[in-house]
Amino acid sequence: MGTVLSLKKVSKSYGALKVTDDIDFILKDGETLGILGPNGAGKTTLFNLISGDVRADNGSIFYCGEDITRVSPQNRCRQGIGRTYQIPHPFSGMTVFENLLVGATYGGNMSEDQADPICIDVLKKTGLIKKANLLSGSLTLLDRKRLELARALATQPKVLLLDEIAGGLTEHEAKELVDLIGDIKAEGVSMIWIEHVVHALLSVADRLLVINFGSKLADGDPDKVMNDPEVKRVYMGIEV
Amino acid sequence: MNSYSANSTASMLSSSTDTFEVQRSTKAGMITLIISIVLLGLSISMPFWAGSSYLRLFTELACYMAMAQMWNLLGGYGGLVSIGQQAFIGIGGYSLFVWANFVGVDPFTSVALGGIIAALFAVPISQLVFRLPGGAFAIGTWAIAEVLRLVVANTYVLGGGSGASLTALRGIDRATRESVTFWIAVAAAFGSVLLVYMLLRSRFGLALTAIRDSEVASRSQGIDVKKIKFLVYVISSFGFGIAGALYFLANIRISPDAAFGISWSPLIIFMVIIGGAGTIEGPLIGAILFFVLSKIFEDYGTWYLASLGLLAVIVTIWFPKGLWGLVVDHFDLRLFPVQRRLRMPENK
Repeated sequence: MGTVLSLKKVSKSYGALKVTDDIDFILKDGETLGILGPNGAGKTTLFNLISGDVRADNGSIFYCGEDITRVSPQNRCRQGIGRTYQIPHPFSGMTVFENLLVGATYGGNMSEDQADPICIDVLKKTGLIKKANLLSGSLTLLDRKRLELARALATQPKVLLLDEIAGGLTEHEAKELVDLIGDIKAEGVSMIWIEHVVHALLSVADRLLVINFGSKLADGDPDKVMNDPEVKRVYMGIEV
Repeated sequence: MNSYSANSTASMLSSSTDTFEVQRSTKAGMITLIISIVLLGLSISMPFWAGSSYLRLFTELACYMAMAQMWNLLGGYGGLVSIGQQAFIGIGGYSLFVWANFVGVDPFTSVALGGIIAALFAVPISQLVFRLPGGAFAIGTWAIAEVLRLVVANTYVLGGGSGASLTALRGIDRATRESVTFWIAVAAAFGSVLLVYMLLRSRFGLALTAIRDSEVASRSQGIDVKKIKFLVYVISSFGFGIAGALYFLANIRISPDAAFGISWSPLIIFMVIIGGAGTIEGPLIGAILFFVLSKIFEDYGTWYLASLGLLAVIVTIWFPKGLWGLVVDHFDLRLFPVQRRLRMPENK
């Protein structure tokens, strides 16, 4: 398996607060990497650095062998890095279908005619097809989360960043999303998934990365990482 | 089409034989098209049957319609809340006078040149004001309009502070002048709506609407937000330039205060907010409402302006989507079909 994404000594500070401290890690082609960490550990900042919403102070980010540290968010998306937000950001005045069209036409760089069938396909996969004509602002939380995912998929990503996609959902709803994420994984999309719903994460992740105070605490096989005494103390001690 | 039940299952992988169709027109849209054609025909024929006072009134209304539509494109869709678009009204107006009076270009053709000159000015001005965040952007646009006003007021050849008359119109008889001015007004009013409509139906329109709803998400969906905003700014300034030139062609006189004055902005923003920002219908309704109110009540001076302010406050607090927003919420009516809807196979 080749490496699709790698971070080399990436740092980001807000004033005196170091939110990302010399982080190094790689994501392999087709792999699903789970990220765990207490609140405020710097997980979402890590996503913002990868998606380009936030610029790194130091270090480099490589995507498919190319240095993208200074590339704009829109170009990273066009190159194949799709993301969802922890708090859904739907284009609330547009229909669900139009939300996907935006992703497909701009992120996927194609005409609307080319985008139509792709969006319909993603809508079917994500169970949103019957709601295609509803204004996205009127959706329930579960559907907004689905829409986040669907819109990211419409950009036809090689790497998908999922930020607490199962957070705030009922057990049953989370299960539906996990099944969907499993399907996406089966299609060969590489993923990084931040999640507090640990059993959801463990059911899909190939590898786990634990972050605390902006730096890497553990990285490796999910079972080993979950049994690591330091991880148990820092993460499980707080959350479970 | 909106009446689907709310329950659905995840990974609902339908069979691939289902055919979905993307619909980009509605019945209401067809009716709008027919009404528009009728209105356009009526408008074009107006100089042959209506009095010149009516032509003048409708020319003024057309200017407001075009300006409101252009401000809505900028503020309602692009999220660029400018209080300085009078800069381009003034540039359009003054360039009409320069081309017609000094260069000798036909005054009616000069209106189009007014738009082009305004668009050219918008390029460097945008580079200045786009560096300013949020509220500073609004103030910055105003400051630029003020600078232009002062520069023009101190330029002797342009008539200085007291302004200039459109002497190039001298050789043209009154009936021709009034009719042609009116036809340009009709073109500006219908053209501005058509322009925004066409933009919204294109791929560009998807980006514009997305930016209106969430800039952060737009970026992460591959939209070059800066580029789109720049284009919107230039297009809107072009429209303001045309409308400004047209306004002062109808007025025959121009002065720095009338052209670059801050009083334009609150009126135009009033029209857009009252009607409903971020829609095509809103600015149209707002412009017509403002025009009617101004004609009925403008003799009341201060009380008239205070009442407009009060109306704006009431609408923004209780009807933040404007009057057109009320109509959409109650009747799900859209006169301009800019939505893409999926027609489901079972509906066939």
